[in-house]
Amino acid sequence: MLLPPDLSVSLRVERPLLPVRPRTPPRAPFCFSPSRLRFHRQHEFFEDGDIHRHLYLQDILTNVTEVTERSKVSEFCCHIVGCCQVFDTLEGYEHHYNTLHRNMCSFCKRSFPSVHLLDTHILEWHDSLFQIMAEKQNMYQCLVEGCAEKFKSSKDRKDHLVKVHLYPSDFRFDKPKKAKNSTKNNKPSSKLDVSMPMDVNVETYEQSQVDSMEICPSESVENPTQPMSGPISSLQEKKLYKSRIPSTVCFGQGASRGFKSMKKKV
Amino acid sequence: QLVSKRLLREEVNGDGQLCLTSTQLFVFHQVLQLLRDVQRGREERKKLLSRLRQGLQHKETQQKFVRLEGSMRVLIGLFTSSLANIQMEAARCLHELSHSCDPAVAEACLPATSYLLTYLSGHSVEFTELCLYTLGNLAVESDAVRKQLLPQGIIPALASCIQSPHVAVLEGLGYVLSQLLQATEAPTKIIPLVLDSVLPQHMLRLVSSNLELGMGVAVEFAWCLHYIVCSHVNNALLISQGIVSTLVLLLLELASVMSKAATEGLELLICPVLRCLSNLLVEDETEGCKVQIQDERLLVALFLFMQYFLQQHPFLVQECLWLLNNLTADEPFFCSAVLTLDLLPALLQLLSCSRMVTLLALTVLCNIAEKGPAYCYQLHQKAVLPSLLSTLALSDAQVVGQSLELLHLLFLHLPEAADDFLSQAGLQALEQHQDNPQLQERVRALSETYLQPAAASLISCAGASAAVLPSS
Repeated sequence: MLLPPDLSVSLRVERPLLPVRPRTPPRAPFCFSPSRLRFHRQHEFFEDGDIHRHLYLQDILTNVTEVTERSKVSEFCCHIVGCCQVFDTLEGYEHHYNTLHRNMCSFCKRSFPSVHLLDTHILEWHDSLFQIMAEKQNMYQCLVEGCAEKFKSSKDRKDHLVKVHLYPSDFRFDKPKKAKNSTKNNKPSSKLDVSMPMDVNVETYEQSQVDSMEICPSESVENPTQPMSGPISSLQEKKLYKSRIPSTVCFGQGASRGFKSMKKKV
Repeated sequence: QLVSKRLLREEVNGDGQLCLTSTQLFVFHQVLQLLRDVQRGREERKKLLSRLRQGLQHKETQQKFVRLEGSMRVLIGLFTSSLANIQMEAARCLHELSHSCDPAVAEACLPATSYLLTYLSGHSVEFTELCLYTLGNLAVESDAVRKQLLPQGIIPALASCIQSPHVAVLEGLGYVLSQLLQATEAPTKIIPLVLDSVLPQHMLRLVSSNLELGMGVAVEFAWCLHYIVCSHVNNALLISQGIVSTLVLLLLELASVMSKAATEGLELLICPVLRCLSNLLVEDETEGCKVQIQDERLLVALFLFMQYFLQQHPFLVQECLWLLNNLTADEPFFCSAVLTLDLLPALLQLLSCSRMVTLLALTVLCNIAEKGPAYCYQLHQKAVLPSLLSTLALSDAQVVGQSLELLHLLFLHLPEAADDFLSQAGLQALEQHQDNPQLQERVRALSETYLQPAAASLISCAGASAAVLPSS
């Protein structure tokens, strides 16, 4: 066997344990008895160390607040077909890609901040089986990660989100799927909803469409003839959609076009 | 136009002594413009947001901003924009607001929290990092924010986010978690949720990882673990996940790294780890999770830390001694190792440091002496008595009292120690305390039980005629 030569030496290396006398209680007036000490959360023993920790954090936070100068590269364009957004830093591009292209629904081109929300959207908007099953059982999953509740309608889910999870009632990523005229469904004095990438004129926000569960660049490009907040569900709407400027067109120019048309509507 | 001018005038008048700088006024005006001016191109808007962000570094501007009607709505709207760079600038503005120490400002950010949490599952490192620090700042400042964050699912969101490979994100996450865990309601409301999730096992993984890449991540999670452990909510769970061996191995690694390279902030990592181990050692045997550590390398590490940090960061010495106390209290293993590894001289050196350090060092020595004659013999051999004579000369009653306890243990197990004590003018050292109510009983007990008989036997051994015994 290939054992190291002085392996047997280590058998003896174990330091001898000095013999222990059995413990007896202390004799008065002496009171010492060995004991493991416990300090509670707020004990003053921790003060010095806690101060150090605090100072360290102050440093960290200052660094986070400072905007890091990102190294610039020569300008390049987003490689997604139709998106002509231009960048001069890699981080800028990364954030753009993650915001607009990464979690994009291939059916309706809407973007979502996470895979979870995208999956929920596809299920609820583009899965016909879902609609069928939703009639029989609770299918609308709560949007909060870790909550397994399901509901029979989008509205029930929203009520749950507001009551239990204290979500805002105008949470951007939970708008009900509405096929037709949504002006009636919009809350009349609804809060400013920046569903469009551009700022919305205060006077026109009531007319602005309330987008459902998405960040949709295409909306800014399109000139909706009706304030459409729902997905394109009917054939007629599909035709309308196809005839419009493709959704992935650079929103830099498209947006102002869309905005201008909005203004005309007013 | 008129409205904005009026508003500005109001602000200036209303504030009396407050002198708004021209930058602030400008920013203020720009904010109002932001609400109305939608014709501007993207670059302009980004510039405005940048200016706003700079303005928001000032407390008064923060307060005015949140009070301005519609401003938070606009900001949150921009924060949820699909234009990435606008979103980023808006996020920075929110982050500035989160720094405010005015709870009203933190509460004004409440509508943003659901979005901050939603964005944690995104992939942009800088953006996610910013959201995390913003959440952490808000959580610290305001009970109301925490009351909202928990039902909004911050713990599950963090539990997902902790699987990110990005160091910056992990550090930010550790920060948020550490702030949440320090809340007064943490032991009842937050820690149980954390322990129920996958967070603990990830924390244990991260606390000992990435040390080569910088200790930021490990530091954050070490403090998180400390806040959890010292709350004693369910340490048995952590123990079952191997926290003890993880932390011991971490300390060993840090001790070996320490001598090689000067590592910034090492004490910030070591401190919470020491505290965790010390508190874990106190876990109840009846729960079936009494912690036993039997690795003498830990002892070596502790003394190396104490030596390294004695000058620059003395607070760490008392933290090491606390752990040393808990290691030596019950089991003879470490008591024996201190002696056989020849660490006693170093321990005795600590008797001349701060009050707390001296007290703890004396307690450790008592732990050792209590184990019996073999231990007392070693202590005596290695010159514990001269050090004790020094501590007896101190004025602090608790320090002297602990010294008396140690003397008692020595004399109890090792009669010849009393003889030596006498010959080193020990009696006089004791006598100075005989009028102190906290100490006099023990002083007398030592004198009567050990020193006077010793003196008497010395005299009788010397063959002298019976002299007058010193009166008690």
